[in-house]
Amino acid sequence: MSTTLRINGKTHQVDLPDDVPLLWVLRDEVGLTGTKYGCGVAACGACTVHINGEAVRSCQTTLADVDGEITTIEGLGTPKAMSIIQQAWVDHQVAQCGYCQSGQIMQAANLLADNPTPSDADIEEVMQGNLCRCGTYPRIRAAIHSAAQKMQEA
Amino acid sequence: MASIGKIARRTFLIGSAAIVGGVAFGAYYVSRPAPNPLKPGEGEAALNPFVLIDQKGVTLFAPRAEMGQGVKTTWAALIAEELDVELEDVRVLHGPAARAYYNSAFMADALPNRGYDVSDFQHSIGEVLGVLGRTLNMQGTGGSTSMKDGFTRMRQAGATARETLKQAAANHLDIPREQLKTAKGMVQAPDGTTLSYSELALEAAKLNPVEADLRPRSEWRLLGKTQPRVDMVEKATGTAEFGIDVRQPGMKFASVRMNPRLGAGMNGFDATEAQSMPGVEKIVDMGDGVAVVANNTWLAMQAVEAIEVDWQEAPYPPETDQVFARIAEAFDDEANSTMRDDGDVDQLPEGAVELTAEYQLPYLAHATMEPMNATALFEGDKLTLWCGNQMPTIHQWKCAAEAGLESEQVEVHTTYLGGGFGRRVELDFSILATRLAKEMPGVPVQLTWSREEDMRHDFYRPGAIGRMRGAVKDGAAVLLDGKVAAASPVAQVMDRIAGLPAGGPDKVHVEGFFNPPYAIPNFRMSGHLSDISIPVGFWRSVGNSFNGFFVESFIDEMAHKAGTDPMEFRLALARQEWAPAAGVLEAVKEMSNWTGQTPDGVGRGVAMCYSFGTPVAQVIEVFDDDGNIRLNKAWIACDMGLALDPETVKAQMSGGMVYGLSAALFGEITFANGEVEQGNFPDYDALRMSTMPHTEVRVLETQKHMGGAGEPGTPPAAPALANAIFDLTGRRARRLPLMHDFNIWT
Repeated sequence: MSTTLRINGKTHQVDLPDDVPLLWVLRDEVGLTGTKYGCGVAACGACTVHINGEAVRSCQTTLADVDGEITTIEGLGTPKAMSIIQQAWVDHQVAQCGYCQSGQIMQAANLLADNPTPSDADIEEVMQGNLCRCGTYPRIRAAIHSAAQKMQEA
Repeated sequence: MASIGKIARRTFLIGSAAIVGGVAFGAYYVSRPAPNPLKPGEGEAALNPFVLIDQKGVTLFAPRAEMGQGVKTTWAALIAEELDVELEDVRVLHGPAARAYYNSAFMADALPNRGYDVSDFQHSIGEVLGVLGRTLNMQGTGGSTSMKDGFTRMRQAGATARETLKQAAANHLDIPREQLKTAKGMVQAPDGTTLSYSELALEAAKLNPVEADLRPRSEWRLLGKTQPRVDMVEKATGTAEFGIDVRQPGMKFASVRMNPRLGAGMNGFDATEAQSMPGVEKIVDMGDGVAVVANNTWLAMQAVEAIEVDWQEAPYPPETDQVFARIAEAFDDEANSTMRDDGDVDQLPEGAVELTAEYQLPYLAHATMEPMNATALFEGDKLTLWCGNQMPTIHQWKCAAEAGLESEQVEVHTTYLGGGFGRRVELDFSILATRLAKEMPGVPVQLTWSREEDMRHDFYRPGAIGRMRGAVKDGAAVLLDGKVAAASPVAQVMDRIAGLPAGGPDKVHVEGFFNPPYAIPNFRMSGHLSDISIPVGFWRSVGNSFNGFFVESFIDEMAHKAGTDPMEFRLALARQEWAPAAGVLEAVKEMSNWTGQTPDGVGRGVAMCYSFGTPVAQVIEVFDDDGNIRLNKAWIACDMGLALDPETVKAQMSGGMVYGLSAALFGEITFANGEVEQGNFPDYDALRMSTMPHTEVRVLETQKHMGGAGEPGTPPAAPALANAIFDLTGRRARRLPLMHDFNIWT
């Protein structure tokens, strides 16, 4: 069946069963591969995207569940025009393998939208669902604090 | 530069000269037997296999797997340092699978010495042996070798290219080369005239390579200083291409299910239900498993799960306790190695107190964030393969065999790796993708494993048992007698890759067991190999990952038996053996303000391991949070000899520790009915933001030889944590993961 999606400000028609998770629609149908498959059971956060600004695990969000504007890492910023939070990730040289970082950034962006000046405890609580096997957590934390500060100044 | 693809395709250029528009030289010149894989197109010059210049600029080749360790950046920095280009002005590519990209440091690490005690002469022998690496086509990334391998050769590649460009400018301007300078990709004449490398490249390519002395450290601009990573913007914007992100025109998506009883075959299957599921295009018999090709990965995964398969029985004991009983049988056989045998361990020194302990460690999965995958396109006389992998030339060779082709007919594109940790040394994902692609000629097929398939079909860190006996006297260690039993990754990999038996003492099996840098007068360490056939492989730090735990847990037990502070006990042993080992202990002692005393409710542990040329000490602090154990702080000190990029070294040390702590707390692969019981992160969790200790890293550079960075942070993590928990609770952890015997805060 055909479904209409709004992704990063553009409209897409997709023709897939409505129980297909959004993750695979984005990756295999729309061609937005910045959103990653890690576990398929909402245990790692690599697939995090925003729907109407709220962070969701796209591996657990079926096509039928999508009820608003989708933003993926590609919609947050681009290499030539990075968002403040992406720039903070670069400034703090956060990534190692980098595979989880799209999800980390999308989760962090939602955190900062809800809480512009998070404490370490706030960050830990919100970010604990995002797994990083390289162990980049200290730099993620630093990048979030730094992005929070930049957003305040902006 | 469209021709990069063309260059990558024509990997088998023979000879060094007379390439269209260019010539190969430089580091290539000093390693001439391997052909330059870069064949420049019109207007391009491949100055050697690592430097390509065209009218748009300079491209450097870093043919090592970027799996997070920063190799792409630091490898390029080695070339850029001597070439006088800025990292932000050049493009860095991985390049094709090619013999010219052999790893010279692989073989050097196979020498039967303790590592830290090598003389300069032995070090040179190691380098000579490394040359053999190229005869084995060993382009590879692993063993924390990249910087040891590239340090001299890549600077030579840069220096030779630079001097040859200067010679071209000298000819053009009619000025002696010695009067010319270089900076930022330009040659400068005394009168202020500048010529860009792009302008000079074609002229330079006609010249014989001009060799040059390497610059001393005091003149370095880039090396020894932290560089912004060249992969960082891509990884912050979702534009970095991992294997799973490869998209080709007309590509199909597939998923696979192989026998969960590892290594066993399949009696048959019924795919009736799967056949009619949405999106399904083809069901493929993979021999000892099944695959589904569909128009979407998730649909392929759903369909492959719906196939009913009649699997054969496991070729190993089916239950975990039987597995370990089988491993323990190896102690009854003759030792495979006794690489340390000092003094006489059979004689208990007079007045010494003896102690014994047995430790058991589980099988472990790599659990890279990116599940295994590969994309393949079979076109009759040609195979194209895209995947993140740590061994491009071996993948090329084995996939050629799978496809019935010659290696020359296989083109390998190595993408970024969403974690490697040793898992992507293996070939299974590429071979299975090739098998599938052969069934669909002309159609690119991406094969992606579900997380469950990934976790249940790993080449695991072997389960291992350590039997330790020691003696202390007057507060010090006087005897250490250890035996380790486990299956051998080296033996299995030799068999999987080459079909050859591994011979002689297995050094990797006893790494970190026979060579802790401690002076103990009676010291014997033996390795027993189990032939149990559960697949095992190289898991970050390999043998050190279990041996470090056995040795550093038991050393702690000995210290307590001796009534000596565990830090001072180690320091006394290390000072007599190797100063850098004592140096890293001194460093963490200072960083953590170690006093040997901790307040109630707080525990501290220390461990020091020497692996991959680098001694690393860690202190971990835990505390009691209402009956639960929480990690609070970690201090790490390492001695790299030379840290080419200090922040990258720190990231590796911290990340290596996290990998070790995650396994120590939560990691285990167990077996029931011959099948792995864990399938996904809820069963195989890791440290998270909330459980990560605050970590401080200090990088020392006192030892003579350059150490590795990717793995040495892992071995001390588990014992330092277990020792801290002993300090907190008085209970000794002789098995892992800790979550079974202690209340761990999550």
